[in-house]
Parts: sequence; structure tokens; C-alpha cells
Amino acid sequence: MLGFGILSGLLVLPLVGAAFILTLRGDSEAARSNARWAALATTIATFLLSLVAWARFDIASASFQLVESHSWLTETIRFKLGVDGFSMPLVLLTTFLMPFCILASWDSIENRVKEYFVAFLVLETTMIGVFVALDLVLFYLFFEAGLIPMFLIIGIWGGKRRIYASFKFFLYTLLGSVLMLLAIMAMYWTAGTTDIPTLLTYKFAPNLQIWLWLAFFASFAVKMPMWPVHTWLPDAHVEAPTAGSVILAGVLLKMGGYGFIRVSLPMFPDASLYFAPLVYALSVIAIIYTSLVALMQEDIKKLIAYSSVAHMGFVTMGLFSMNEQGIQGAMFTMISHGLVSGALFLSVGVIYDRMHTREIKAYGGLVNRMPLYAVVFLILTMANVALPGTSGFIGEFLTLMGAFRSNTWVAFFAASGVILSAAYALWLYRRVVYGELDKPALQNITDLNRREIITFAPLILLIIYYGIQPGPILDAFAAPTDALMTSVQAALATVKTAALAAN
Amino acid sequence: MNPALTIPAFGPMLPEILMAAGVLVMVLFGAFRGERPGYGMNIIALALLAVTFLAVLMLPSERVETMAGSFVVDDFAKFMKALTLLGSAGGVILSLDYMRREGISRFEYPILIVLSTIGMMMVISANDLIALYLGLELLSLSSYVIAAFDRDNVRSTEAGLKYFVLGALSSGMLLYGASLIYGFTGSVSFPTIASVLTGTTVGIGAIVGLVFVAAGIAFKISAVPFHMWTPDVYEGSPTPVTAFFAAAPKMAGMAMATRVFIDAFPGILVQWQQIIVFISIASMALGSFAAIGQRNLKRLMAYSSIGNVGYALIGLAAGTPAGVQGVAIYMAIYLAMTLGSFAIILAMRRGNVMYESIDDLSGLARTHPALAFCLAMMMFSLAGIPPLAGFFAKFYVFAAAIEANLVALAVIGVVTSVVGAYYYLRIVKVMYFDAPGERYDAMPFGVKFVLAVSSVFVVLFGIVPAPLVAAAGAAARSLF
Repeated sequence: MLGFGILSGLLVLPLVGAAFILTLRGDSEAARSNARWAALATTIATFLLSLVAWARFDIASASFQLVESHSWLTETIRFKLGVDGFSMPLVLLTTFLMPFCILASWDSIENRVKEYFVAFLVLETTMIGVFVALDLVLFYLFFEAGLIPMFLIIGIWGGKRRIYASFKFFLYTLLGSVLMLLAIMAMYWTAGTTDIPTLLTYKFAPNLQIWLWLAFFASFAVKMPMWPVHTWLPDAHVEAPTAGSVILAGVLLKMGGYGFIRVSLPMFPDASLYFAPLVYALSVIAIIYTSLVALMQEDIKKLIAYSSVAHMGFVTMGLFSMNEQGIQGAMFTMISHGLVSGALFLSVGVIYDRMHTREIKAYGGLVNRMPLYAVVFLILTMANVALPGTSGFIGEFLTLMGAFRSNTWVAFFAASGVILSAAYALWLYRRVVYGELDKPALQNITDLNRREIITFAPLILLIIYYGIQPGPILDAFAAPTDALMTSVQAALATVKTAALAAN
Repeated sequence: MNPALTIPAFGPMLPEILMAAGVLVMVLFGAFRGERPGYGMNIIALALLAVTFLAVLMLPSERVETMAGSFVVDDFAKFMKALTLLGSAGGVILSLDYMRREGISRFEYPILIVLSTIGMMMVISANDLIALYLGLELLSLSSYVIAAFDRDNVRSTEAGLKYFVLGALSSGMLLYGASLIYGFTGSVSFPTIASVLTGTTVGIGAIVGLVFVAAGIAFKISAVPFHMWTPDVYEGSPTPVTAFFAAAPKMAGMAMATRVFIDAFPGILVQWQQIIVFISIASMALGSFAAIGQRNLKRLMAYSSIGNVGYALIGLAAGTPAGVQGVAIYMAIYLAMTLGSFAIILAMRRGNVMYESIDDLSGLARTHPALAFCLAMMMFSLAGIPPLAGFFAKFYVFAAAIEANLVALAVIGVVTSVVGAYYYLRIVKVMYFDAPGERYDAMPFGVKFVLAVSSVFVVLFGIVPAPLVAAAGAAARSLF
């Protein structure tokens, strides 16, 4: 097909679904129902297609696979797609979460249904694009393009302060990203290309690396988000509709981490080493400070949002420990957090749909009327706390181990975050689920319906499966991690020999 | 050789000659026919513009000078002339229904548009200061008249008068600067000036002349600090005229700026680079911050155009082939965005009342989803968000600035673009997040056509950007 491969298919398929929904006429109940089913069918088809890509993917190889390259802006800035062991799991995570987002929006979105699903499908394309782009300009294009649908999703279907939250989300991330754009241009003029595989082997001068690293850091740190530029996240999460929060926590936050591992670490190894203490400091502050902040939240979504910031602290810490355990742990934490926080926001959505409030105070004693829900929420809370046996544990343990090998004090402080996370998560669970069911409004609340059970079952199964059997994901990371380690070590070794020679 | 015997080659001037002959025919036709309803004159003007467009495309692509070296045709001129003609055609098409409804449908309007377009094309091809000035005056004088075209309307006449007084002042400055340059270099021809003014032998007189010329040019392209006329003229003029002002003369003005600085003063790049950098930063900053407080869409677009000129000037400040390529791409994309935005402003009509406040867009996404979608795309594109066309425009100018080591300029540019994104987003917010108002009347065909073409361009440019990028690259190379 004109040289277009499976990855182009992943990008186009959601757009085709979106175009189909746009052709539906009218706003009748039938049209809305068609839009829902079309969106669900599209996302499931995209997921199946990504499974085909996964089946064709050679896990043992560190190189980019399923590569396709088409002429685009110029001969040196091409429309080039491909995946490796770092990006493939993230693509799968994206396509896997999307059908749940559609399901979660089934009844809760009542007005402008068609537009909502169109926005979501366009968003899916941009998210997949970020992970499969093998050209920095293309990467930036998808990275930024996601802002448009997300801005609309928060702004149109969000909560009371949705306008403030959507503007803050948009402008904050845009400000971070534009500096990255300038850095991409500087790389283009220095290396003569924006092709990622070529740039991975290109050695930038150390002093240039510093500036480029900082520019990329501005973007990724905001997206991550790292303390102190995390403040957009709680606002965006609180105001976004449930599915928006799921995607925000599940996939959009992973773009920052993916950017670090795709660009910052391999292309600027000297600068990464130089700035590692800074990242450590910010990560540890994020882990401890935002966990403490999470303790004091009165809004369930806000609490989970702050806990996301803390978990992303583990990711940055692991990435910049620059050893095998740290990097694999960070990647694993991203996947696991994608599943866990996505599911947590879905479970908040369940009670929000019934009560239309997210205040912790409004709940209590749910276990009496919603036993199934209590079980689901308990498992997810435990996964969020990183209890052994859940996927959260594997990632947190590996990042802490990586950090310990690199800097014991960082590991010491970060480990205290583990205790704090147990404190806020269990306290939340205690206040929402246990206790007397004495609120009058809660007397008739109903347990999970069939659609909700179908939504949660696969997520919980995967969270437990990967907690016991992390091998499938870690194996995918192994080959590119080795390649990354060897190239980073080689670059650092030359710096050291140069420094010794200078002495 | 006796110069009297040399007959200049007219081939390269064929588009201009065609238009000049055509416009004379139009004047006669209009005078004999008198005021009659219908779009006859507009259709003749459009046909004339179309024929000229084809003639421009068929010009040879190597550099040709004629008229004793005062008129030059190269790829850059071809590219910018094509854009200008498209802008003028847009101005005519958008005016069709509006002028009739407002009762100001007179046959002079298309004639004046064509006349001013001839001026623009002369400016683009001018290779000496006299030809430049002549073209500029033809362009400006026609523009003053059409600004005041709704002559019974106080706002419109005020706009015309303001434009005239300030425009005359700026023409004077330009002419004064040109005379200084002539005095200190001994020539008005760009290539000769370029050969005289090189690195070490620059007198202060020529620099002062350069500053005056720069001031005159800055006025024409509405760059800060010579932008004051823009919001008032944009707000006061009939809306299709504003669309025309924002589109066609901007193309010619940027082409003029590029040719003057790159062709006539390449040797003293360091001297004028600082002027352009300052103008660019000031325009971007003012365009972004001053637009935040605007409630009127036309005024907002005026500030937006000031800001956009600032971004385009980044490419010129680089002074490199990549920079000129950036300017050319920027102007092409800006043309589509500005015509599209004004098409939407023209669509906001109920009965005999035109609405032009931001609040009148409230809830447009509910009442007119397609219209709201197009305007949202224009706004995101103006804010420079990928994958829309505006991103690529900004990409090329910023890339040129980074290449030329103007990092501070680029950083200030991207930061102001984030500030600017705020007011573009606010329009999207009003349309999508606020409660809907009443429906507007159905769009007239011409407006719909312009909107459709520009929306398709803005949304889908990212899929096949290569042809425009390559054409702009060829245009840029022809200047060096």
C-alpha cells in the first residue's frame, strides 16, 4: 500500500473513525448511540492492530522496527515512523486504555456526544504518533498537537472550573514545549538532520548539550510533571471528565518520561550526567512533598493527581540513575502507573457518576452498599501503594534499587515516599469505603453494573498479572536498555579520558 | 552605445502590462455603463487577476532585469506576486455580497483593488529606489480611497483620513531616506548601492538614510513602532477592505522589505539586522500583549497582524537564504489564515447588522459547528500549534533565526507566541465553552468559498508541505 506500513495504519485508523462519526447527522439518541459504538469499534480495532504490530515486533532486537519513511518537509526532515522496545509497550498501553475511556464515557457524557468521541479519537492518533515518531520535528508535531483535543475535552466536558484548568493546561505545556522546538532546530543545524536514529549516534559538543538538555527538560519536566512545574496537573485532573483524567494520567504523563529516555539520556549523555543531581533533588522533593500534599486533599481526584506526581518522581529518579535497574524500573513504573492510575480514575468516575461529587467528605461506608466496588477499589489502592504482588511494586522496587546503586541518600529519601503513599492511599480508602453508611444521599447507591465490571476486570487482571509475572514487559525493555547503556557509557568514557588527558 | 535606441524588454513585465491595460478598459467600461446592479465589474477584475496569475506563473525562472535595471523578475518576485494576486482576489471575492448589502457596491471598488495590486507588483519587482517609491505610491493612494469606501460612514472616512495622513508621512520618510542613500552612494539602483556599501566604507549619512527607509517600510507592513494606524484603519474600514489590507499589501510590503534589505544592503547586514531585530521583538510583544484587551474582532486581527509581521521579520533578521525562505513560507500561510479569519467575521451577520465583537461568537460551536471548527483551526494555526499550517510558518522563521545564531530573538519570539496563544484560545473558548446565542444568516457563496479553501489549506498543509517549502526555497535562493 504505497509503502505505508502498520504504524501509519495505527495513526490513520482513529482518524478514520473520527471522520465517520463526523458524517453522522443529527443529535438524536440513535446518532449518539452510533457515535459511541463507532468510537468503541475504532478503538478496539486500533488495539487489535497494535497487537498485530506487537506480534511482528522482534523483542530481542534493540534497533527500530516496522520502520517506514516518507518524504515530508525536506529530504532531511522526513515522515519517519518506527518502534523499539521502549516505545512499543507505550503504544500498546495507549491503544489498550482507549476502549476503557470510551466505555467510561458511555453514559456520563450527555451533550455533544459526537464531538467528544471525535476529540478522543484525534487525541489517540497524536498520542500514538508521539511514541512512533522517528523524526524530532514529527515528534514535536504530535507532542503539541495533542494539546488541541485535550484543551477541548477539559474545556467543554469538564467540571466547574474547567475554563481555568484548560487554559492553564494548554499554556503551561505550550510554554515548556516551545523551548524544545528551538532546541530541535539547533540540533538540526548542528547535525544536519532531525532523524532520531541518526541523532542517537551523533555526538553533540558538551557545552551545546547543556543548553539542549535544558530546553528539552523544560518541556518534559512540565509534561511529566516534575515539582515545581506540576501545578497544572491537579487542576486539569480535577476538572477533566473521567476519561480525560484516565488518558491524562495513563498516557500523557508518560510522554515526558518517554522523551527523557528517547532524547535527553541517549543524545545528551554528558549533560544528563551533569544534571543528574538536579533531577534527583527534584524527584525526591516531588516524592515527599507531593505525597504530603496528597494527604491533605479533600477531593478524591486531586489526591490521586498528587499521587501521580509522586510516582512520576520515581520515574525520573530511576531514569537518571542511569543503570539497568533504574531505567527498566522507570519504564515499568510508567506502564504500571498507566494501568493503575487509569483504573483509579475510572473508579472515581464510578462514584462520581452516581453522586456527582468528588468530595471525600461526601462518602463513607460504601462497602455496605457496594461490596464489589470496595474490592476493586481496594486492589487498585494496594497497587497504588505498590504492595508486592501488584505491578506497582515491581517498578518502585527496581527504581529504588537503581537509585541505591547510584546514590544511597536519594534512595533513602525516596523510600520514605513509599510509606507516605501508603498513608494517603489507605486513609483515602478508609474514609471513602469503610465506616458507617450514614449519609442520606448514599442510602440508594448501587454497586457496579455490568459495563463497569467489564471495564475493570481486564485492568485488574493485568495489574496483578504483571505484579507476579513482570517478565513480558521487562524483556521488551532489556534490549534497548542495553543499547542505551553501552552508548551512554561509551560517551561518558570518552569524556573521562579527555578529562584525564587534559590533566 | 546610444541609450535612446535600446528598447527595453517588455516580456518580464507582461503581468503588469496586462493588468494596466485591463484596468484602463475597466475604467472605460465602468464609466460608460454607469452604476448597475450585479457583479459584472467584479467578475472582470477577478478574470484579470486570474489571467495575470497565470502570466506570473509562466514567467521565466531565472533572474531578468529590464527597464534599464529598475525592474527585476526572479523566483522571489514570482512567488510573492502570486501570493499578492491571491490576496487581492480574496479581497474581491469577500466583498461581493457585503458591498451589495451595505449599498456601497460601486464599480470603482474592483478598479481600485486592481490598481493597488499593480502597485504591489511593481513594488515586488522594483530594483531601484525610484521604482520602489512609484509602486508604493500607487499602492498606497488606492488603499487610502478604499479604506474610506463606505463614504457615508464616519468610521470608514475616519479610517481613510487617518491612513492617508500617516501614510503620507511615512512615504515622506521613505523618500527622504532614499534621497540620503542616493546622496551618499551615488545611485538609486539596488545592485549599485550594494556594491558601494560594503563592510568598511559605510558613511553615517547612508546609515541615517537606511534608518529612514526602514521606518517607511515598517509603516507599510505595520510593524512597531509605526503600527498606530493599523487598529483604527482595520476597525473602521469596511470588513472586506480590512481583509484585503491584511492580506495583499502585507505580502507586497514584506517582499519589499526583503528585497530592499537583502538586495541593496547585503554588505551592511550587521547595521540593519539590529533594526529588524528590534522591530521584530517590539511587534511580537505588542501584538501579543495589546491583543489581550481587545473585544472587537477586527481590532484583534489588527494586533494579530502586527504580531505576525513581527514573526515574519524574524526570518528577514536572519538575513540568510533560510531566513528568506521562512519569510516566504510565513507570508503564504499567513495569507490563508488571515483570509479565512476575515471570511468568518464576514459570516457574522443577522439581517442588516454585522457583528464583530468577540462575545458575538458565543456558543458558535452549537449554532454553526462547521464555522466554529474553521475559526478554531484558524486560531490554533495563528497560535502556531501543530499540525496546522501556522506551526510550519513559525518553524521555518525560528529555524532560520537559530541558524543565524539569533537565539535571544528566537526565545523571545516563542515566549510571545505563548502569550499570543492566550487570546487566540480565548476565541476558541468563547465559541466552544460558552452558551450559544442566536444563529447567523447563511453565508454568501463567495465567503464560503474563501473560507473552505483557506481552511482546507490550513488543516491539511501538514500532510503535503513539500511543494510550498520547495517553491519558497527556490524563491529565497534567487535573492542570493
